[in-house]
Amino acid sequence: MTAPLLETRGVWQRFGGLVANSDVSISVGRGEIVGLIGPNGAGKSTLFNLIAGVLPPTQGSIIFNGEDVTALPAAERCQRGIGRTFQVVKSFETMTVIDNVIVGALVRTTVMRDARRKAHQVLEFCGLGPRADVLASDLVPSEKRRLEVARALATEPKLLLLDEVLTGLTPVEAKTGVELVRKVRDSGITVLMVEHVMEIVMPLVDRAIVLDLGKVLVEGKPADVVRDPKVITAYLGDRHALSA
Amino acid sequence: MDTAFAERRRRDLIVAVVLAAIAATVPLFVKDVYVQNIMVLTLMWGALSQSWNILSGYCGQISLGHALYFGIGAYTTALLFTKFGVLPWFGMLGGGVISALIAMALGYPCFRLRGHYFVIATIVIAEIGLLLFHNWDWAGAAMGIEIPARGDSWLKFQFPRSKLPYFYFALVLACVAWLVTWWLEDSKWGYWWRAVKDNPEAAESLGVDVFNSKMGAAAVSAFLVAVGGSFYAQFVYFIDPESVMGFQFSLLMALPAVLGGIGTLWGPMLGAVILIPLTELTRSYVGGSGKGIDLIVYGGLIIAISLARPQGLIGLFSFKHLAGRLSSKRKEAVR
Repeated sequence: MTAPLLETRGVWQRFGGLVANSDVSISVGRGEIVGLIGPNGAGKSTLFNLIAGVLPPTQGSIIFNGEDVTALPAAERCQRGIGRTFQVVKSFETMTVIDNVIVGALVRTTVMRDARRKAHQVLEFCGLGPRADVLASDLVPSEKRRLEVARALATEPKLLLLDEVLTGLTPVEAKTGVELVRKVRDSGITVLMVEHVMEIVMPLVDRAIVLDLGKVLVEGKPADVVRDPKVITAYLGDRHALSA
Repeated sequence: MDTAFAERRRRDLIVAVVLAAIAATVPLFVKDVYVQNIMVLTLMWGALSQSWNILSGYCGQISLGHALYFGIGAYTTALLFTKFGVLPWFGMLGGGVISALIAMALGYPCFRLRGHYFVIATIVIAEIGLLLFHNWDWAGAAMGIEIPARGDSWLKFQFPRSKLPYFYFALVLACVAWLVTWWLEDSKWGYWWRAVKDNPEAAESLGVDVFNSKMGAAAVSAFLVAVGGSFYAQFVYFIDPESVMGFQFSLLMALPAVLGGIGTLWGPMLGAVILIPLTELTRSYVGGSGKGIDLIVYGGLIIAISLARPQGLIGLFSFKHLAGRLSSKRKEAVR
């Protein structure tokens, strides 16, 4: 077996007295789609931020592509090949859609013409081609999510971190979102996604990691995970676990 | 590849060349020295505001302390010339480099501050600079420095008898500031700056070096403003701390851009063309007792703008807007 693309080793994150992540060790293999799930406050977003480099972990290390990136800031992790989206979308509102994506593309080239061409390709890939010259602030919410993905893809990541890109969409929008994620993986990019909507995620991911109270609760195939009494307890409480 | 975009940039450039050419011929018809003086000041403030716009408009780091760089430019040229006989052209370059270095030295701690705290820091630092020059005996302290007149000379860049050389230099300065902005707009830096302004956290996740983006913007902005300050010293022959480093200079750099359209290519020049003649005219009509009237006019304009067109006046001239009207007319004509 080849070495995993991403590994967290005994990662802890404390905010004052609150422990958001305790001793989290996960690994993501090349070409996988891995779902990171868990109830609210389980520490999913914190773990995401640690992997993306928004803040350094209190303890533990993060290995990406065989390199210890724990001390690297977010921008350098992006250069190494970690792309991300944000749960609360963070578009560059005063810029057009294409300009938003060009910012991402400039990580790989400083030739403007190349960056622009790349950005157009990515927009087509994400189905935003016709909206290229619209201001980001004029997009509807589902398009903004797509723009987040497009921007991250323009950085040519090896690993794409998707933070609830499918949450809060209509069923039709969610379906096209799922197709987009599949397409991303088929283009050779490994995906780690945080998601709430179980019925959408479970058919999509190869493997699910359930976090609860900052710890890894269960890890495995989606079908097994949803039947695990510990997971049901975490989501619904003890009574439902017993009846299952 | 994306011809619409390339076309828009080419059109901007052509419009600029045409406008500059028209501006260059104006003094052939306008011989009135008072009006020429206003034109020099308009171009100078346009150039300064354009430079301010790089850091504050594009990169979003609002500075109300750019008078510091203006003053440093003016003092460097004046001191080098009066104390060491160095030609103003070298003083101009020196002042620019010193200002850029100081801007980066100040940016190092200050760019960790966000929003209002950054603005406050820039005001305070410029005031400290003002106080230092007030008490610096070697640099003339509160008495200021007079640049000795040595007759018309391009070498010494002084022309006691004519405004025209100043006019043409100010025009070149405005063109340079505009061209630098135009060029940077479609460069990695331009994109990085706008990303940093809109959302630094997202920018960072896309590989943008946020801190160095701000440093770069500060250096370019300070350099150009200092060149403007050097020019001003040569233009007025006499400088003292208040007349080149006072807080009103920081405001005057910001206002044209805010009025015309902050963070836009044309905004600062448009704002200066409206604002500066208006100021000078109110000043002369109301006379000495009208001190401060121009500031009231500014205040009123800013309030009117922020209520009616928060994005600045430039939106009224948008090419899309005009082109849309033109093409619909053309279609009718074809029918």
